[in-house]
Amino acid sequence: MHDLDRLRAEALAAIAAATSLEQLEAARVAALGKKGSISGLMKSLGAMSPDERKTAGAVLNVARDEVAVALDSARAALEAKALDERLARERIDVTLPPRPETQGRVHPISQTIEEITQIFAQMGFAIAEGPDIEDDFHNFTALNIPPEHPARQMHDTFYFGERADGGRHLLRTHTSPVQIRTMLSEKPPIRVIVPGRTYRCDSDMTHTPMFHQVEGLVIDKTTHMGHLKGCLIEFVRAFFEVDDVPVRFRPSFFPFTEPSAEVDIGCSREGGELRIGPGAGWLEVLGSGMVHPNVLRNCGIDPDEYQGFAFGMGVERLAMLKYGIPDLRTFFDSDLRWLRHYGFVPLDVPTLSGGLTR
Amino acid sequence: MKFSLSWLKSHLDTDATLDEIVSALTSIGLEVEDVEDPARRLSGFIVGHILSAERHPNADRLQVCTVATGETTIQVVCGAPNARAGLKVILARPGVVIPVTGEALKKGNVRGVESQGMMCSWRELALGEDHDGIAELDVATEVGAALLDVVSFDPVIDISVTPNRADCLGVRGIARDLAAAGLGRLVPLSVEPVPGTFASPIEVTLDFPPEAAGACPLFAGRFIRGVKNGESPQWLKDRLASIGLRPISALVDITNLFTYDLNRPLHVFDADRVKGDITARLAQPGETLAALNGKSYALDESMTVIADETGPLGLAGVIGGESSGCSETTTSVFLETAWFDPARTATTGRRLEILSDARFRFERGVDPAFVVPAMELATRMILDLCGGEVSEPVIAGTEPDWQKSIVLRPGRVAALGGVEVPVGQQEAILHTLGCAVAEHGEGLLVNPPSWRADIGGEQDLVEEIVRIIGFDAIPAVSLPRNPMPKPILTASQRRVGWVRRQLASRGLVETVTWSFLPQAQAALFGGGADALQLANPISADLDAMRPSVLPNLVAAVGRNVDRGIRDFGLFEIGPQFDGPEPGQQRLVAAGLRFGKSAARHWTGASRPVDAFDAKADLLAAIAATGLSPDGFQTVAEAPSWYHPGRAGTLRLGNKPVGFFGELHPAVLAKLDIKGPLAGFELFLEALPPAKTKPSRARPLLKASAFQPLDRDFAFILDSKVAAEQVVRAARNADKALVSDVVVFDLYEGTHLPEGKKSLAISVTLQPTERTLTDDEIEAVSSRIVQAVIKATGGELRG
Repeated sequence: MHDLDRLRAEALAAIAAATSLEQLEAARVAALGKKGSISGLMKSLGAMSPDERKTAGAVLNVARDEVAVALDSARAALEAKALDERLARERIDVTLPPRPETQGRVHPISQTIEEITQIFAQMGFAIAEGPDIEDDFHNFTALNIPPEHPARQMHDTFYFGERADGGRHLLRTHTSPVQIRTMLSEKPPIRVIVPGRTYRCDSDMTHTPMFHQVEGLVIDKTTHMGHLKGCLIEFVRAFFEVDDVPVRFRPSFFPFTEPSAEVDIGCSREGGELRIGPGAGWLEVLGSGMVHPNVLRNCGIDPDEYQGFAFGMGVERLAMLKYGIPDLRTFFDSDLRWLRHYGFVPLDVPTLSGGLTR
Repeated sequence: MKFSLSWLKSHLDTDATLDEIVSALTSIGLEVEDVEDPARRLSGFIVGHILSAERHPNADRLQVCTVATGETTIQVVCGAPNARAGLKVILARPGVVIPVTGEALKKGNVRGVESQGMMCSWRELALGEDHDGIAELDVATEVGAALLDVVSFDPVIDISVTPNRADCLGVRGIARDLAAAGLGRLVPLSVEPVPGTFASPIEVTLDFPPEAAGACPLFAGRFIRGVKNGESPQWLKDRLASIGLRPISALVDITNLFTYDLNRPLHVFDADRVKGDITARLAQPGETLAALNGKSYALDESMTVIADETGPLGLAGVIGGESSGCSETTTSVFLETAWFDPARTATTGRRLEILSDARFRFERGVDPAFVVPAMELATRMILDLCGGEVSEPVIAGTEPDWQKSIVLRPGRVAALGGVEVPVGQQEAILHTLGCAVAEHGEGLLVNPPSWRADIGGEQDLVEEIVRIIGFDAIPAVSLPRNPMPKPILTASQRRVGWVRRQLASRGLVETVTWSFLPQAQAALFGGGADALQLANPISADLDAMRPSVLPNLVAAVGRNVDRGIRDFGLFEIGPQFDGPEPGQQRLVAAGLRFGKSAARHWTGASRPVDAFDAKADLLAAIAATGLSPDGFQTVAEAPSWYHPGRAGTLRLGNKPVGFFGELHPAVLAKLDIKGPLAGFELFLEALPPAKTKPSRARPLLKASAFQPLDRDFAFILDSKVAAEQVVRAARNADKALVSDVVVFDLYEGTHLPEGKKSLAISVTLQPTERTLTDDEIEAVSSRIVQAVIKATGGELRG
């Protein structure tokens, strides 16, 4: 057994001396491998008498376990050290920028139309759509706009060349022709809004040859001007997200409505900053009125039975007022700097539950 | 339409303040655009009294004045030549803002003498150009009084008049509306016929063909001899000057006054320059008119002229002629008041591009019943201001028919206008507006007055009543609505929103560009047809409707590149036009990527954009609509504006739903831009409609308990074999087991024969019932290989 003490001591010394996993493995093989020193002693047990074997075996097992434990703990220590060394080598400059990703934007016109849609959806309005290229009947005649009306002249309306039948197509000057198409194809009650592109032959600081409108139409048997007021007051307050914005209705004139009203909202201009809300000033934001009986008649709706209101608003103007965008013409420039600045990130989905604007 | 407060008050007997009047005007639909009230800037000025004026010790042209302010006396240095002891003056003390400079007055020291105030000229108060000296007030004026208490200033109000309210293009019409709104009483206008003493030497004939009989139904004239066309009296000059009109001579000023006061344009001919009688008729081809504005106009048979024997003297209702205009030497005049057809007047004015006060009024409609009375009133004023002797009236034609009867049902104001107004009040309002109102079986029988051609039906009467009551009086009522609102977007409208946000989330920036573009560009993208060519484009660059969104996006990319921006993508969702008829407009989502796939980065991971970026955008957009991109076929064809070899069409059956790829280099060269540039077009309406699902429940998840395994295969194929064929064949080889097929390698090059390529796919097998045995795996692999070989004619790469 003297041998055993020595061999155990040697094995433990070799384990303690091992500075790498390879050296440790060598120490393991030397002691506990098939031809290892301690394994060798284990083999010698076979030659002993049962009694000797029992005593020597017990001692040998203790020694082998002791070496095995020493091996495990040395391995753990060496592995930890190796990991530490590897980690010490594995360093990145965490201040480097990550791989680039680009985020797009939603144009303010699209966003504003979605906001407007959210509000009117709450009041039961559906969205109606129609063609940009129209004819005289839908754009003018049906809307009670007489042939000599200035809007019908070339300086206001984009026309196409004369057709074989003598008529001409034109670019719709408002989205009202879609109201006509809706009334011609659907039976009241009707509640629709009509967003879309509109065109006028005009281009200067405050006009572009193309712009967007949202018009609305309500037709049933009982809707009166009080409803017009209620609907539009609720709309402007929800849209501008200003609960106490004053709203003023002024008598005005449109050929397709009677009575007609322009809608102003209150604003202040203190310190040169325009703010929507109570204040000394007024901003015109909407045109509206009770649908003219001639328009109903032109659409095959009996004005003695049905009535209702219509309204229209400029999308760019509303966006400019709400979001402080100074220049109409920039909406159509496709200037990426502008689009990224005034555009909306795709997650900004306007909802009434979460608020229209982040 | 401008008018001064005093002018208004010549028609409206009222105690209302300026603010009340201004507020009422807007409330009744006569929107106030501007109020110019001198009082607002004169509140700090007081009346001073010069007690003494001595020569300034150091300056010959200055005087040192002692001025009483009512409370004390101050010393003022003054350069005005008229400053003298005893004068009552307008005095500003330090702190008062001087209107003409906009700056507050400070105590000064003028050449060594202190000046404690300033005596002002009218010009310094921004009240005219008179700066000969300081303003001299009446000697009886109380010293120390506020200037505003002793001198009244006439505010000027500017309103915008809607096109239906011709009557309010005269101050009297505005006064009538205000009276109806309860702001006073309309001062009666009395018309006394002026007896003539001789027969007019000029006769008037209306000579129109039957189809133009309405061009000038009534013409009233008067010959006045022995007039003296001098300066107008001060009140008339002041009145015109208050609204910015320059007084010219009495006769011209009278016509201007009638235009603005009573909305009744007149014309006064120098009778000595009229040859023979006057005829109102249509112009003859070839006739011209040298007009009062110095220009010459070629006339045609659609236009009404007032002519003498020699030809046109003036364009009816639009502009007078130079040859018969009045001057200081005029001694005989022929006065014309007539009624001209609004539509014809408008057309004439528009065609000749003449804007005049007369045209503005005639085309909106002047009072047809006021022709003869206006002639009498104007005659009286000419006699009063210019003297002379007047002929008997010359009247040709008859008053056009303007009478209307409208029944107003008593409940209609509440039912349409949303506000209860007692019938008595309804009647009173209509009456004050000039309507004749009588009881009628169903309600009120209303005859609108001759000056209100715009009132044509019951709804117009409701508007009049509600307008005069004020829209503020209408209670706002919420639209009745479903307490739990239903979704309102159609399936296709929802898709547009999803596509928009999908593309934006992929890094593309949404833009909005014109629906029109230059015709040459339209032609490059399959458009440019005559039917889509604008007859009156805003500019030659914007003369054709766009056949595709891409050219506008290319131009937008170019503008941004010029600004130094690199590596970006744009998209637009909007219409493109195949033809002018409804249904020939298509809603398209189009996008374009430019430059590198990503910005430069230290990992070096960016590459030029290519057709597969565009294809990815296109497929992602389709996926956003809820459709599976698997159902679409990609074919190697694309319209002419795409690169013939690097672009494709996505089809559903035989129907193309989208294009993608690099743009054609020749097209880019014509658009003057260099790539790399890859784009796509998705025709949203070509996508199959969304299926309406009977239930919102998802199909049950069938997650297999067994591990999927991947097998890789490489095939040698003819170069022209489409990868999609390989994928499809592999997928269809065992639909139950093959859950995914991915192309992971493509090789063409020197290790392969000419015209061959190697394509490697990874096939995922997903067992569902038990783990596959080696034999089963071998069998399915073999089926996959055979299917691909059969479909493509290729071979398995060894």
